[in-house]
Amino acid sequence: MPRTMSRRQFLISSGVVGGAALAVGAGGITVRDLMVAGKRTPLATGSKIVVFVTMYGGNDGLNTVIPYTDKAYYAGRPELAYDESEVLPLADDVGFNPSMTGFKKLYDAGQLAIVRGVGYPNPDRSHFRSMSIWQTASPGTPQPTGWLGRWLDANGADPLLAVNVGPVLPPMLAGQHCAGAAVPSNGGVTMPDGTYGSGLRALDTASKNSAPLIQRVAQSGSDLFRVATTFGPTLASSKTTGANDLAGQLDVVARCIAANAPTRVYSVQLGGFDFHADEKAAQSTLLGQLDAAVSGFLTTVAAGPHGKDVVAVLYSEFGRRVAANGSQGTDHGTAGNIFVAGATVNGGMFGDQPSLTDLSMDDLKYNVDFRSVYATVLESALGADADQVLGGTFPKLAFI
Amino acid sequence: MTSASDAPRSDLAHLYRRAGFGATPAELDAAVAAGYAATVAALVRPPSSSDQGVLATPPPQLSLAPAPTANSTAAQRKAYQARVTSEGRELRLWWLDRMVMATNPFPEKLTFFWHGHFATALSKVRSAALMLRQNELLRTGGLGAFDALDLAIARDPAMMIWLDENQNIAGRPNENFARENMELFTLGYGNYSEDDVREAARCYTGWRYNQDSDAFVEVAKLHDNGVKTVLGHTGNFDGGDLITILTHSEASYRWVSTRVWCRFAKTITTDPVVNTLMTTYSPQLNIGALMTATFNSPLFLQTKGELVKQPVEWIVGALRALKMRANNQNYLGYLQGLGQVPFEPPNVGGWPFDDGWLTTAASYTRMKVARYIAAHGDTSAVADEPASGRADAAAHLLSVDAWGAQTRVALAQVAHDPVSLMTLALCAPEYVVN
Repeated sequence: MPRTMSRRQFLISSGVVGGAALAVGAGGITVRDLMVAGKRTPLATGSKIVVFVTMYGGNDGLNTVIPYTDKAYYAGRPELAYDESEVLPLADDVGFNPSMTGFKKLYDAGQLAIVRGVGYPNPDRSHFRSMSIWQTASPGTPQPTGWLGRWLDANGADPLLAVNVGPVLPPMLAGQHCAGAAVPSNGGVTMPDGTYGSGLRALDTASKNSAPLIQRVAQSGSDLFRVATTFGPTLASSKTTGANDLAGQLDVVARCIAANAPTRVYSVQLGGFDFHADEKAAQSTLLGQLDAAVSGFLTTVAAGPHGKDVVAVLYSEFGRRVAANGSQGTDHGTAGNIFVAGATVNGGMFGDQPSLTDLSMDDLKYNVDFRSVYATVLESALGADADQVLGGTFPKLAFI
Repeated sequence: MTSASDAPRSDLAHLYRRAGFGATPAELDAAVAAGYAATVAALVRPPSSSDQGVLATPPPQLSLAPAPTANSTAAQRKAYQARVTSEGRELRLWWLDRMVMATNPFPEKLTFFWHGHFATALSKVRSAALMLRQNELLRTGGLGAFDALDLAIARDPAMMIWLDENQNIAGRPNENFARENMELFTLGYGNYSEDDVREAARCYTGWRYNQDSDAFVEVAKLHDNGVKTVLGHTGNFDGGDLITILTHSEASYRWVSTRVWCRFAKTITTDPVVNTLMTTYSPQLNIGALMTATFNSPLFLQTKGELVKQPVEWIVGALRALKMRANNQNYLGYLQGLGQVPFEPPNVGGWPFDDGWLTTAASYTRMKVARYIAAHGDTSAVADEPASGRADAAAHLLSVDAWGAQTRVALAQVAHDPVSLMTLALCAPEYVVN
């Protein structure tokens, strides 16, 4: 019986799920494993690679894709609003936050799709519950598996297919039978040899008779040795500067892609979007980091063999209240934007800009279910059966 | 397998792992002599001013310099941030060392639990001195009454900055603290409505941390004096009134009891044992009584091996066992690689737990840290044994009941090399789980 999933604080600290049966993260996959796997079974050019960027904290969509002609925008948040002269215009009625110069170029090049008004029925304003809804793709009843974990389950249960960069596996990648791998974000991996190395190898040989947690610990070490004798290209020079260094995480992804790693889905993350106070400058700075990291990454991979294969998808657990609070910030809201970027993405606007006056409990009404975006990614990028993964049919969008 | 005659020793080792960071052989000998209930009573105590380990680890002297304002120069901002960074390192390492050194580990273990519960991060608070003050509050108030603790936390400067209470004003309230205090601190998700969040935010309006006077103040003109309705209660409540309502509710009794059981015994969401704990906890919201009831529950002894050590617990336990100090900045890098840096939880929800720690990146870092500790610590209790006895000596040193068959095979391969044997012992599944 597989044990419950990693990072359950999303689910359990909010009392959302019980001791559900879930696969745990695939143990011990290292970047070098991926490199070597890339040599043995290189990913074919033309196979789409999807990079999910999770923006933790609830990004304020209205100050990201700015409805700069809407009077209600200025009325609701006078201290936070950007005026027409500041925004980077995308259309007659919306423009990017001034710091998003890279995204502006991508949009103008037709390589960025902006899906507006994305949400789900009965929006939940808890960070943890809403993020679990997004990661499990289940707004109604709590669901113990992540949506990409279910995709792994249905596609050969190979943990190398979906890889998180960083020490903690997001619930999104945990299925019932299989979970994605997690690779370190800070560079090369050197395994010991000699009797110490063989002792470690013996230690990590899980016995089927052991308690589940005991097996799990052993498994988390065992795959470190999958390539101990085959020294693939190392990532020793890649080094993140901290846990919240998106550019560093994407550098690891770029290296894995360049090495033809057999991975179809990567997960990276940037936190800190929960701006209840003093939002304007701080959000713009964070969006600038996001913009530079993602557009820089796309430039890097564009020059490689998979330049036309890479699709980046950026999402957050919710948008924020239309009206600012009295702290020059915004409280938790509902609908937001999803960005889809890549050389072969069909750029442009998808979904409708939600009304800033026709609100529900002071918040935006969604018009695109986020599972439509997932369905599009599953079918058009991953060649998967979206209905099976999502447990229902959701209309696809045309961004891929 | 543990033989029947080892049962008391095994039970006490379990208690020391959960109420502390694992027992040394000498501590375990003394605990066996004293008995289980007496050991619980000796552990579950407030911090003692005569604790030799506490006396050896005085808190760092940190500056309470005012944060930069809109008028500060770029150089002033840079200097301030540099001080936050360097004092932050000092603070993080100090607490790690305090956890290693404290003679009674329980006050530090409980403080660490509350730090995960009221998770607050230096990166936003940007004052190591205020983070230390919150840490002392959790240490001194963490075993008292929960309503008093939640109220103190609500008025704690670091929390007030972290969840924006400091900017909450009548008319345009800020919901940040109001929501998280219900969802994460007092009630648990699902036990309040969105309307409750908005009404609750009004109650806390006007609370301020005055940086100049370094004091909590209630600014009357910023406070909403209207009638609020929260959780079915209606009145002109202020923040203190609301915290009384929240903490003295059935949902809160259940939430606090469940959180304690989940972190000290076994991860569950509903369990009959919580009903029992609640009856002990609810009359006076007595956290000390709740902790004692948890460790004395017959079901507690059935939770051996059911939790994964958090990275901080794992490192502290290893350092205590090998008689080392956390006096090396390397440990902060190691903790970052393992995914858990004190005073830097990923968000207000705190850290992951159980399998969340068992990832590749963590296993690789764990191997490196274990090697470092084994190479620099006191392994004489293992090295002095003949090779054939070293695996058992390592189990004894780490208060592990017994190694599994696979671990025995592994340890036998390196029995000639005590450093490698200790490294493997620290990475062994039987030690990584709790």
